[in-house]
Amino acid sequence: MSKKSSPAIETDQEKPNKSVLTAIRTSAQDIHRKIMARKKPTMKLPVRSLSNVRYQPQRGFFEMTGQKKERTLTVNTVKTFAQTLRMIALSKELIENDDIATKREAYYVSKNWEDARFTEQPESDTVMDDVEAYFGVNREQLGFIPEEKGGDVAGRLFVIDHDRDTGKVLRIDCTKFGSGAYSIPISVEQLQFETNADFILVIETAGMFQRLVKHNYWKKANCILISMGGVPTRACRRFIRRLADFKKIPVYVFVDGDPYGITNIYRTLKVGSGNAAHLNEFFCVPQARFLGITPKDIVDYKLPTHPLKDVDIKRARDAIKNDPFIRHYRDWVDAIEYLLKMGVRAEQQALAKHGLNYVIDTYLPEKLNHPERFLP
Amino acid sequence: MVSLQTISESDPSQPAAEKAKLRQTAESMAARQRDISISEFFSKNRHLLGFDNPQKALLTAVKEAVDNSLDACEDAGILPVLKVDIQQLAEDRFRISVEDNGPGIVKVQIPKIFGKLLYGSKFHTLKQARGQQGIGISAAGMYGLLTTGKSIVVTSRTGREKPAHYYEIQIDTRKNAPQIIIDKAVEWEPPHGTKVEIELIGTYKKGRHSVDDYIRQTAIANPHCEIFYTVPETGGTVHLQRGSDSLPPEPREIKPHPYGVELGVLIRMMKETPARQLSAALQRDFSRISGRVAMEICKAASLSPNANPHSIAVHEAERLFKAINGVKIMNPATNCLSPIGEEQILSGLRKEIDADFYTAITRAPAVYRGNPFQVEVALAYGGSLKGEDLVDLLRFANRVPLQYQQSGCAISKAVLGIDWRSYGLSQSKGALPIGPVVLFVHIASVWVPFTSESKEAVAGYPEIMRELRLALQECGRKLATHIRAHRRAVDEEKKKSYIEKYIPHIGIALREILGLSEKAEKDLVITLKDVLERSRSRERIEE
Repeated sequence: MSKKSSPAIETDQEKPNKSVLTAIRTSAQDIHRKIMARKKPTMKLPVRSLSNVRYQPQRGFFEMTGQKKERTLTVNTVKTFAQTLRMIALSKELIENDDIATKREAYYVSKNWEDARFTEQPESDTVMDDVEAYFGVNREQLGFIPEEKGGDVAGRLFVIDHDRDTGKVLRIDCTKFGSGAYSIPISVEQLQFETNADFILVIETAGMFQRLVKHNYWKKANCILISMGGVPTRACRRFIRRLADFKKIPVYVFVDGDPYGITNIYRTLKVGSGNAAHLNEFFCVPQARFLGITPKDIVDYKLPTHPLKDVDIKRARDAIKNDPFIRHYRDWVDAIEYLLKMGVRAEQQALAKHGLNYVIDTYLPEKLNHPERFLP
Repeated sequence: MVSLQTISESDPSQPAAEKAKLRQTAESMAARQRDISISEFFSKNRHLLGFDNPQKALLTAVKEAVDNSLDACEDAGILPVLKVDIQQLAEDRFRISVEDNGPGIVKVQIPKIFGKLLYGSKFHTLKQARGQQGIGISAAGMYGLLTTGKSIVVTSRTGREKPAHYYEIQIDTRKNAPQIIIDKAVEWEPPHGTKVEIELIGTYKKGRHSVDDYIRQTAIANPHCEIFYTVPETGGTVHLQRGSDSLPPEPREIKPHPYGVELGVLIRMMKETPARQLSAALQRDFSRISGRVAMEICKAASLSPNANPHSIAVHEAERLFKAINGVKIMNPATNCLSPIGEEQILSGLRKEIDADFYTAITRAPAVYRGNPFQVEVALAYGGSLKGEDLVDLLRFANRVPLQYQQSGCAISKAVLGIDWRSYGLSQSKGALPIGPVVLFVHIASVWVPFTSESKEAVAGYPEIMRELRLALQECGRKLATHIRAHRRAVDEEKKKSYIEKYIPHIGIALREILGLSEKAEKDLVITLKDVLERSRSRERIEE
């Protein structure tokens, strides 16, 4: 099942994308025709929020339930409508010229649009996400790429890539980066893997990743270490998914014991986001399991804690109420309620209280003895 | 003459006092006990009359003179023309001069009016007027005399064929009697009128409690009067023009209504009535007491209708008092009031305040404790007024601006009691609303219930609070309608500019995607503008 993914995702962004160009042209013609017929044009966009996704464990990711909002061109929507169309025009230009623009660059391009320009990047990101969802494609296919890098990898893994100029096969040994790491590229579809690791350990913070790399933990545990650096990027999610599918190895996730670590980082890695739900099928890791820090760990390991902030509490309550994934698992609802009841959070690095290498010598081995106890 | 008696403080029943050596005997004390003249009392308690500090003293003196002038002009049916002149003689020394074109004052009356406290025409009747007690102007003269030693100077002329009289008067505070310093006939140009000049210690300041503000507010509430006001700082004269040529209708005198009379007053009225029989006295001296009602009162008080009112004992008067309040008596006639009127208030606001929207409400007359009263509320909104400030609340009683004790006044309490947010203004809890608003509130009554003699705040009788609330709400609703319409217009404008701004970009984008010609792009933009403009009015908000 190594390379099975959708044709849309499989396409190479460096070649002009005929189907996307056709889609852009068709929708623009449709809008043009409607206006000239003195009718108000509309765009149908999927609703990009948690309210429009459902979770089924056998499918393994957040699926859109099909709610669409219709954006009709009216006086109230004329600004967004104009901006969306100009963003589509920019995308068309990028594809035709075989060029790319980062999200930030696209924002700066809009500064030429006079009244239609964006004041802040979040505005242009939102419009970009709308365009992506409107055409049901990945933003890379539209010529837009994210700034952030995908994540760091170290351990028992060979990544098979090709030299861009010569086409020569590159066999990248992830054990040979010393105290550094292999960096996940923005596009991972062309990569292939060789590994005999027992599991993949996905880590939230760069600090914890550094510690495990420095002490060659991957050697001791025969695993692959991947650092997400916060909420995992699409490339990071896709990389882990392809790797895990390819070798059928388990994925264990090690994040901070707080609502953000659980409901944002872990949940997004495992089942995707509500924001770009049309892509979750490819950007999710359904086999991921939650190693820690669990709310129970805080008690079991007598971890030093900080009180939950208001935003933590809000995030936790919101997850219990609205997140279809959390709601699907009684264990998760219980765990979060337990965390709320304690009113505290604990970071990964709180384990250092018992000694800097306690995490390597005690915590991880103890946890890994009972993967069946990991949270779903 | 009114007199106050000092009260002996020692109490002989106290054993400690008995043992102690007597410091004073009843006789020695009696030797020092004597009448205190009302003028002496007020010279020691000048704050009761509004002379507590130099700034307020200046304002009060001007105010008393102007109030008197306006009352006199209106009583005589003359459209008032006032010259108010404040001259700064030294840093804290001022000479105020207020001249009117009123009927003038008969020679023999001049000394008493200006040199005797509680002498006046207004105390004994119930009639809507600015002055009530007959204290104001003579107190101002007394204050001037106390602080500068200078007499109050009065020039008055009652007609073209009569000479003008010039008086310099001082008040003998012990006797509460005028002392005439100079009395002569003089050449004076105006055919009739009165001019009052007082020299006093004061402070001239700008702001809420200033003379400037008093003059401006007086002009708003009295659009029929014309004022030439000479400001002390610059010496320049401000001409406040008339906003209306019609005098307010003359208020009518009424007899007191039984419900509003206190026991002491009732006893005095019974003593002083010329009627020979109780029933007749009640009918003669009160309003709304018919023969039948008089009989009912007498019966309830177990007094004979034929009893001699002059020989009514105190306990009998008390029964009478209770009986009055137990019998149903018709409300007093309310046609004795002279409200400013919606039209007149609007003309006053329009000429003094530059705003976008004006509205005024004159409520129907109502009654508190037997006294008829009437509430008027108006407001000016927008224009040059500042939106981020608290609302400018102007309070008036019988057309006189109330500038002090805002927080203790029923008017302010009524304003605070309204939720102005529902009328489109913002408001913090327990504070005046915020917005570009001048709020005008007037209470007219035959007897305005002030909380003190300095006439600065109105007492909050439930009937008054209710009328204030209803009037404020009515004005608020009109304001809300205006604000909503205004916002809609602004919204419309914004939407229109949206169309202008963003439709060209739809044209550009579609040209770039579809490779349209310039003409095709232009056609598209024109068509789309037209489609949106047409649908704008019936469009509902989407998303």
